[in-house]
Amino acid sequence: MSGMKIEVHHVTRVEGHGNIVVDVKNGEIKECRFEVVEAPRFFEAFVRGRPYHELSHITSRICGICAVGHATTSLRATEKAFGVELSEQAWLLRKLNFHGEIIDSHVLHTYYLVAPDFFGTHSVIPLVETHREVVERALRIKKLSGDLCAMVGGRHTHPIAMTVGGFTHTPTEHELREMKERLEAARADMDATVDLFSTLPWPEFERETEYVSLHKDDEYAFIDGTIVTSDGFSYPIEDYKKVTNEYCVPFSTAKWTKHNRDSYMVGALARLNNNFDQLHPRAKEAAKKLGLQPIVTNPFLNTAAQVVEMVHCVEDCIQIIDELLSRGIKPEEPPAVEVKASEGVGACEVPRGILFHHYAYGEDGRCTEANCIIPTNQNMANLNLDMQALLPQILDRPQEEIRHLLEMLVRAYDPCISCSAHFLTVEFV
Amino acid sequence: MAGNKSQGAKSQGAKSQGKVKVAFFDFACCEGCQLTVIDSLQTHLDLLEAVEIVNFREASSEGRQDYQIAFVEGSITREQDEERLRRIREQADILVALGACAHTAGVNALKNLKPLDEVRQYVYGEHADWYDTYPARPISAVVEVDAFIPGCPIDREEFVEVVKALLVGKKPPIPDYPVCVECKLKGNVCVFHVGKVCMGPVTRAGCGAICPTYGDGCEGCRGLIPNPNENAMEEVLDEAGLTLDEIMDRFTMFNAYRELEAGE
Repeated sequence: MSGMKIEVHHVTRVEGHGNIVVDVKNGEIKECRFEVVEAPRFFEAFVRGRPYHELSHITSRICGICAVGHATTSLRATEKAFGVELSEQAWLLRKLNFHGEIIDSHVLHTYYLVAPDFFGTHSVIPLVETHREVVERALRIKKLSGDLCAMVGGRHTHPIAMTVGGFTHTPTEHELREMKERLEAARADMDATVDLFSTLPWPEFERETEYVSLHKDDEYAFIDGTIVTSDGFSYPIEDYKKVTNEYCVPFSTAKWTKHNRDSYMVGALARLNNNFDQLHPRAKEAAKKLGLQPIVTNPFLNTAAQVVEMVHCVEDCIQIIDELLSRGIKPEEPPAVEVKASEGVGACEVPRGILFHHYAYGEDGRCTEANCIIPTNQNMANLNLDMQALLPQILDRPQEEIRHLLEMLVRAYDPCISCSAHFLTVEFV
Repeated sequence: MAGNKSQGAKSQGAKSQGKVKVAFFDFACCEGCQLTVIDSLQTHLDLLEAVEIVNFREASSEGRQDYQIAFVEGSITREQDEERLRRIREQADILVALGACAHTAGVNALKNLKPLDEVRQYVYGEHADWYDTYPARPISAVVEVDAFIPGCPIDREEFVEVVKALLVGKKPPIPDYPVCVECKLKGNVCVFHVGKVCMGPVTRAGCGAICPTYGDGCEGCRGLIPNPNENAMEEVLDEAGLTLDEIMDRFTMFNAYRELEAGE
């Protein structure tokens, strides 16, 4: 094929609006990129002036999928600014809520958004007729994770009870016991999920890159930790700008990031590569079954890494609930907050990768400066370099297949464009 | 306005006779309401026997334009959005605002409280000019809207009830009374009594008073009830010890668009 133009206007089964643009003339690739066309929303500008206790409630509205992730990261930034310490129970509940969202987001991506590519359907809906047990399993896991988030935070999308210093609501012992039973029963669904995804024919493609994530020695890091990269760098969270190094690119209005190379990758695959040792033994088994042995350099396998993380989170939730029950769960009043002129940085591994919220506050406890750096933005450069590396390898295939593979690559990154659009946009093509 | 279209739309698609074709679209939003729609299938998978989803970019790569009911999430923030929304209005027999961003402009309208140039400058610096944006508006500011489902996010059960009502040609059952009614029915301790503040007295019910139930005051995400007594609400907040700025915080978190319109 000597010439080809592909313009996928609004890639489907991703969160938000993005376009793929490919232009090949005489076998030479002129253009190959992914663009974000979501309407910008300006959260960082409009949270300035708002009181500190509103920040997590407003910024959770950046994203309907990772609302708990934004709220948690926001709360950590505020808590660090004012020196608020969490009780042990509050920590456990934060983790429980967070894990619930990781499972919820990953089941959405793996089953609802990615699986149709392998079943040859437009969406998960036709599978109700042809693969009902698969759909019912997905719905069951989704309901479990949603109910888990609701038990702790009141509801999954835009949690209510999470507040500076802790929670405004406490689950009961009965609710915890019931949830634990459901999580234990979900092990069968996790096994079936690992089985299903280990049979999928992932596209073959390798491109090694720098993998960036949080890290803790004693647990698989989701909340707090240090920033590490697979190229051997390590930074405290407060130095996040040394990793992100935002820059502008001439053909797109999107701000991208890079660290030691031309791009880096964040998300489940980066976490698995950097923190494999901290995974639960059952999750390690799942990784083995799925053929994931660090360093994994096929970006399509980000989806498989999400399956491993679901297994990990189910196991960790069971352990956390055991700990809460053995300590004795009781309502706790969050500590009083003493506001002061100060700043703080929060960092969490939300479903799609490392997320930073950085706020400054005035003496009155109102926000004066805000900066949020979103995983999807950090992945933009890497996704584009992957596309440019993949395209020459598949140029001899039918155009429809090329288009589909590029769409699948975009989807593998699980881009969350609503999140990214507080921050970037591109003109329509 | 779109009445004439219904015959055409209904006569098409013999493949799925009897099913009403629905579509989902979004503008500036977090897509949390569409996710809530997806979640409603956990308990209401039978909905798919009554409707056919022909356009839902977030969940499906099939995109057809022969829909009869359009659900629209998100606020309008750009000229190009208006054009797209008008095309949707043109096609749909029934247009439904899905969630706070579409219904009241939601948190998006917080940016309307600041000078637009400064807002763009702050986020995009020297490239501010590249970013097309104007003050956030609810979709009803651009086209006629037949029904709305309030909330940030929408309530799953309420969504199902609204769909059922629309399918049989009834007015969607959205309450006109305040959150306080539901809170009292639940037997919650009033959050004002434990030193917190709440917009429940003037905010539209239908959420089951979920925020007070989980220990937090109502933030007003479902918009205000018809003819709210705002003066009395301000007095209540004043008595609770809030400064004028803090009272404004409460009224603007989800209802900045309304406050600014009222002020003009």
